[in-house]
Amino acid sequence: MFSRPDHAGFLPLAQLPSLIAELMALGYQCLGPTRENGAIVMRELESPNDLPRGLQAEQAPGRYRLTSDPHKRYFAWANGPQAIKPQTFAPQESLWRVERDAAGHLQFAAVQPAVTRQAIIGVRACDLAALALQDAHFLREGRRDPQYAQRRDQLFLVAVQCAEPAATCFCASTGDGPTPTAGYDLALAELADGFVTVAGSDRGEAVLNGLKLAPATAQQIEAARQQGQAAAAAQTRSLPGRHLRDSLMSRLEHPRWDAVAARCLACGNCTAVCPTCFCHAEADIPALDGGRSEHVRSWDSCFGEAHGHLHGFNVRADIRSRYRQWLTHKLATWHDQFGRSGCVGCGRCIAWCPVGIDLTEEVAVLTEGGQP
Amino acid sequence: MNAPTACKPRVAVHKFSSCDGCQLAFLNLGEALLTLAERVDLVHFAEAGPLDPDTDADVAFVEGSISTPDDLERIRRIRKHSRMLIAIGACATSGGIQGLRNQANGAEWVAQIYSHPEAIASLERSTPISSHVKVDFELWGCPVSGPQMLAVVNALLLGVAPRDNADKVCTECKRQGYPCVMVSRGIACMGPVTRAGCNALCPSLGRDCYGCYGPAENANTDALAAQFGHLGLTPAAVVRRFQSINSQAPVFLAAADKLRAGSHD
Repeated sequence: MFSRPDHAGFLPLAQLPSLIAELMALGYQCLGPTRENGAIVMRELESPNDLPRGLQAEQAPGRYRLTSDPHKRYFAWANGPQAIKPQTFAPQESLWRVERDAAGHLQFAAVQPAVTRQAIIGVRACDLAALALQDAHFLREGRRDPQYAQRRDQLFLVAVQCAEPAATCFCASTGDGPTPTAGYDLALAELADGFVTVAGSDRGEAVLNGLKLAPATAQQIEAARQQGQAAAAAQTRSLPGRHLRDSLMSRLEHPRWDAVAARCLACGNCTAVCPTCFCHAEADIPALDGGRSEHVRSWDSCFGEAHGHLHGFNVRADIRSRYRQWLTHKLATWHDQFGRSGCVGCGRCIAWCPVGIDLTEEVAVLTEGGQP
Repeated sequence: MNAPTACKPRVAVHKFSSCDGCQLAFLNLGEALLTLAERVDLVHFAEAGPLDPDTDADVAFVEGSISTPDDLERIRRIRKHSRMLIAIGACATSGGIQGLRNQANGAEWVAQIYSHPEAIASLERSTPISSHVKVDFELWGCPVSGPQMLAVVNALLLGVAPRDNADKVCTECKRQGYPCVMVSRGIACMGPVTRAGCNALCPSLGRDCYGCYGPAENANTDALAAQFGHLGLTPAAVVRRFQSINSQAPVFLAAADKLRAGSHD
């Protein structure tokens, strides 16, 4: 976000509500960080002044606790249990329905999602990297997913630089953060008295111009840049490399798979909170009167039984094969599919694993010694 | 039995040792029950009205566990009169809450509670329907939910096998966006070993799942029990988490037995 320093504005702390007011005036439903059930989740802000200050969360393997930032910053939290995924890839939705008409013929119709213009305030660099991967999957040439595309098109993304990574974060090692570099409409870096603000799209530019901000000074931009570097340096976890395909695929019989399977609950939480996981199941839900049926798509997980079920047998009957499938797809075969790893270093799979399995620790043991 | 002559399938709902809650899942369907009544003949359903326990049925839903000598005799009769038998609820699928007596001295309890214990005819153990007759499909839950029941009836009406969802409660919990209560609040949740179907009702209220839908497939009870220990539960408290509504479900019973054996070391 510092590639065009002459285009950066400075949004004073007290003026943050005016940015939200501007987005609301443009017809956006604004989602911002909200404290809910012991976690930070994105919920609709009722008014421009609703953005909470001082929210923070302490994260560790299998542990997430809300805390308070003594400096009362707006964005001193690293992340919550979900990135942007639920906003674009709906956890459960009807894709089409079929009805029997008066003549007894079946009529098929696509179900159009009810789409509202949404602005998300507080998107992280890792979330943007994950969104780019979801785009690569759902919007690929010739296979554009209409439901995803409609929701994606109307999103306005206000990204923020991470100044306080959680203990579970490792985006610096995947190359996806902590400072946003692409994929946002607006990006903010929070300093003590306000935000270095840049636009990353035409509509972001229009909103930025409307705010009539003073240009950010060279000192402010430098402070933000250093803050990003400090946040990267503060990360305590990392992956041993960005291309682990060969080292992982040559260790498919490593004893560590058994050790991790003994600890893994196969609950699928890691895949549900992972911002790049896109697996889903589809099922038909017939109405009781026999006159119509809905074709429903739901989030699925490679940790579930049905995911590995082929006609007559299951290719991944045990937890070992499911964990291995997840990890080797995410970090190895993803390269073949999408040209990069499927991990953006957000650390959600570590924090939200009920038994605290640490992906970085597993990978370190599995790939010890590098490529064979 | 004779093949049914009417085009509407004949459906019976039978009760064994249970609280009636699963039958209520039918009655609570409201308007959907009226639609259902147009598509099937409810030939026996004591709680709703029709009484004909020995009649032939295409589908018999059976609630409750086998807990008395009379239960034992009656379930065999019902099996003979039913083309398809579906066990509904924790009692029918695992022996239910009353299965707790299987780990205790039931006769002693009866003597303590009843002034005329000789009037109580009770088997030593409470057991699931499948221990006694062939069961064609099991619907777990305490109680089962209305939508689950409808899905089964619907599948049968369409002539397809009912869909069995043995995934964990967590899958439904995460789809609805509830943050994991084990992670965010440090409370011992049975969701990761428990079968889905309730739409994560307890986590939706910020509390822990207590396993009323019974074991999910590939339930890693060892790993969950270890984590409960890390969260501060004593071994006895962990045993109680597995010894509740579905105490006799083999996976939960084995988990509890293993913990009990371990704590005696």
